[in-house]
Order: sequence, then structure tokens, then C-alpha cells
Amino acid sequence: MLNTFSVILEALPYLLKGAVVTSGIVIGAMGIGLVLGVHMAVGQVYGNRAFRWLVNLYVWFFRGVPVLVLLFLFYFGLFTLAGLNLSAFAASILVLGMTTAAYQSQIFRGAILSLPRGQLQAARALGMSDTKAIISIILPQALRFSIPGWSNEYSIILKDSALAFVLGTSEIMARSHFVASRTYQELPLYITAGCLYFILTWLGVRALLKLEAKVRIPGYSH
Amino acid sequence: MTESKEPILRVENICKILGGKKILDSVSFSLQRGELKVLIGPSGAGKSTLLQCINFLIPPDKGQVWLEGTEIRSRRKRDLYAFRQQVGMIFQDFNLFDHLNALENVAIALRKVKKMNRQAARDRAVAELDRVGLGDKLGLFPAELSGGQKQRVSIARALAMDPKIMLLDEPTSALDPELIGEVLSVIRDLARGGMTMILATHQIGFTRTLADEVLFMENGIIIERGLPAELLSPNAGTRSRDFCSRLDELYAEDE
Repeated sequence: MLNTFSVILEALPYLLKGAVVTSGIVIGAMGIGLVLGVHMAVGQVYGNRAFRWLVNLYVWFFRGVPVLVLLFLFYFGLFTLAGLNLSAFAASILVLGMTTAAYQSQIFRGAILSLPRGQLQAARALGMSDTKAIISIILPQALRFSIPGWSNEYSIILKDSALAFVLGTSEIMARSHFVASRTYQELPLYITAGCLYFILTWLGVRALLKLEAKVRIPGYSH
Repeated sequence: MTESKEPILRVENICKILGGKKILDSVSFSLQRGELKVLIGPSGAGKSTLLQCINFLIPPDKGQVWLEGTEIRSRRKRDLYAFRQQVGMIFQDFNLFDHLNALENVAIALRKVKKMNRQAARDRAVAELDRVGLGDKLGLFPAELSGGQKQRVSIARALAMDPKIMLLDEPTSALDPELIGEVLSVIRDLARGGMTMILATHQIGFTRTLADEVLFMENGIIIERGLPAELLSPNAGTRSRDFCSRLDELYAEDE
């Protein structure tokens, strides 16, 4: 028992560094997903047929293929083919970012479609271009309504980030596995890993709840 | 009231077919500076579509629009946006920007379209909201305003752009009866101040007292037009009169 505790205590700083790496992957991936996802959603709602078709293809591809397959496919295949020499960390961020972009685009698309159509008409009637109207009128509202769905996506990507282990990224899972295989203390170490993921999920979801309350539109119930 | 010969707005042969149905069938009219024209007619007559075709929110299938003698080339984006800035539009259901308070609702187009700086836009917005009697509601969001207040914010938002004409699409139809008065009184002040307007409405009493001309629409055609006294007097025998007397009965309107 004592031995168990001392192993965890000794491994903790090492595992916490893994938590930092995990956070880096998730923040990077969510960021890429946000930027790509918003553009894809806007394109899907307001874009021409060719763009909509392209986005559709993208979304179906990333929704249809398992993350583990995507990681291998890009890291050992496509990135190399494209002449990119990426670290496992960077590759994990990119692949998870492209994957979450597919899901995030659908969160944003739903939010955009839920807005009353008249506001875009009003913006146009004031002489705004569609681009201006989307930036100043549509997105500020759509992004607010997307926070609950985005928070859910965060918790999913956080847990998917454990798969980055297979590329050799030294995140929580990789480090737990490494220590466990050296000390033979599998159970306590994986429990610790689970707790770290749980805490990161909780912190992130809580922060997003705070953000949601902070940007809530007064008097508005959606 | 100064009245130049050239109309400020001329609309010719506007046609629109939606879903196989002729919504507008060669509609033409013109508007003199300072004039208030009122569009009446049953719902589905095409009043709303006509107003939205004028500023190309709905692109007409055929027809031309001239503002101060210049034909609008709506396919050129720059021309279209410049034209829309000069044409204020008021919608039946307000269409305020839900995430912005009253002040920002008015100021945003000043900043983003007219490129005014933050302070100048703010000052102008305050002045316009004052003008519609909402000087004390600057910080309130649409969801915190009554229908009448929302419509007055939307009028302030349109006025802040210094429009040459205003299109009002049933501005009081979505309002509770006790809130109609405050909006009509703002429109009345505008008319008296010489604003050129075209107003679609079911407010017959208001039309009788303020309209310079009444256009009666049915099935996408203007079937009658004339002075309110001619079209709407008790024994005019017009289709307009018939329609209005039925509205009067419905609302038991008193002057």
C-alpha cells in the first residue's frame, strides 16, 4: 500500500507534465477546429454549391473514419507523402484538429440556422455586405449558442487525445503506461491517469460554463 | 413642402414569380420628394414582396428602380450596398440584432458601413434614439424591450443612416393594440418632417389623415390609386373603400 502511494507520488510530476502535453494537444486541436469549423459552417450555409459539396465530403470523411485510423493514416502516410516532417505532438494536434473541425462545423451550422433570418435581411437593408453581416451580426450570436455543444466537443477531444499515445506523443496516457510497465503498478497508475483526464474535463467544462454565463445576452432565453 | 418634378424614386415594371405564382405583375409607381404613399390591400397581395424588391432584398425577375434619376445596377455589389444605405427599411417583426443593446443596434451600421468612429457613431445613435423617445433605454437589449420600443429602435437604426426614402413594411402589424400608437406617432412626426416614405399598412385611419396617395394592391397588381379622400370616402364605390370598411368593422376603428 505504502509502495503504491510512493510510486504515484514519485510519478506525479512526470504525469503532470503529460497533462500539460495533453492540454497542449487539446487546446491546439480545438483552436484549429474552431477556425476551420467556423469557415466550413459559414460556407455550408451561405456558400455556393461547389463549396458546400466540398465541405460535405470533408465532414463525411472525418466523421466516417476512426480517429485511430486517421492518426496512422496521416502520421505514417499522408504527412510523409506531402513531404512534411512533423513531430508526433504536432501531428496529433493537426489530425485531432481536422477531426474536430468536422464536428464543430456542424455545431456552428446548427447555431447559424437557428438564428431568425430577418436579422440578415435587416443588416443587408442597412447596406452591409454579406461578409460584414456574417462577421458583425450572425457569428457573434451563433458562437454564443454554440458554447454548450462546443463544451461537449471539448470533452470528447480531450479523451480522444489519449490516442495520440500510439504515435509516441508523451501525453498522460503514454507516461502512465511507461511508469506502469516499469513499476508493475498498473491499477494505481491508470486510476491516476483517469483522474487527470477527469479533472481536465471538469476544469474545461466549468470554464466554458463561466464563459457562457459571461456572454449571455440580457433578457434572452433561447 | 418643396416638390421637384423629378421623382426621388421610380419603380417600373417590377415582376416577381415565386413558386410558380405571380406575386408581382408589372408594378410601377413613383415617389416625389417628401411624399407619403400608402400601400393597402389584402394579405398575399404582394405589398411586402414589392417593398423588398425595391431594395433588392428579393431580387425582382424583371423591372427597374431609379433613385434620383439614376438606375440602380443591383448586380454591382458596390452600387447595391450604396443604394441600400440610402433606403431605410422597417420590418413587421423589427429584426433588431438580438446580441446588441439599443444603442449598439443603431450604432453598428454607422461604424461598419459608414465607417464612423466609435464616439461619433455613439453620439449619432443617442440622438436618433432620443428622437424616437428612447433616450433612457440605450443600454437595454431587444429581449428587454416591448414591441413598440423595438420598432422605435429599428426606426432610429434606419434614420441614423440618413436615408433619402423609407420603406415601411407593416410596421405595426406585429404589435399589441396599445403599442401601435407610439409607433404611429413616430411615423407621423417623420411624415410631417418631410421624410419620403412608402408604407404598407392596415391602419386605415392613419392612411386617411396622412397619405398623399393610396395604392391598393391585389394579386400582385396595383388596381386602384388616388387621394385617400377619393378612394376611401364612404360612397367612393371603390374596391379600396370596400376593403377598408371591412377592416373598419373588424377593428371598430374610431378616428
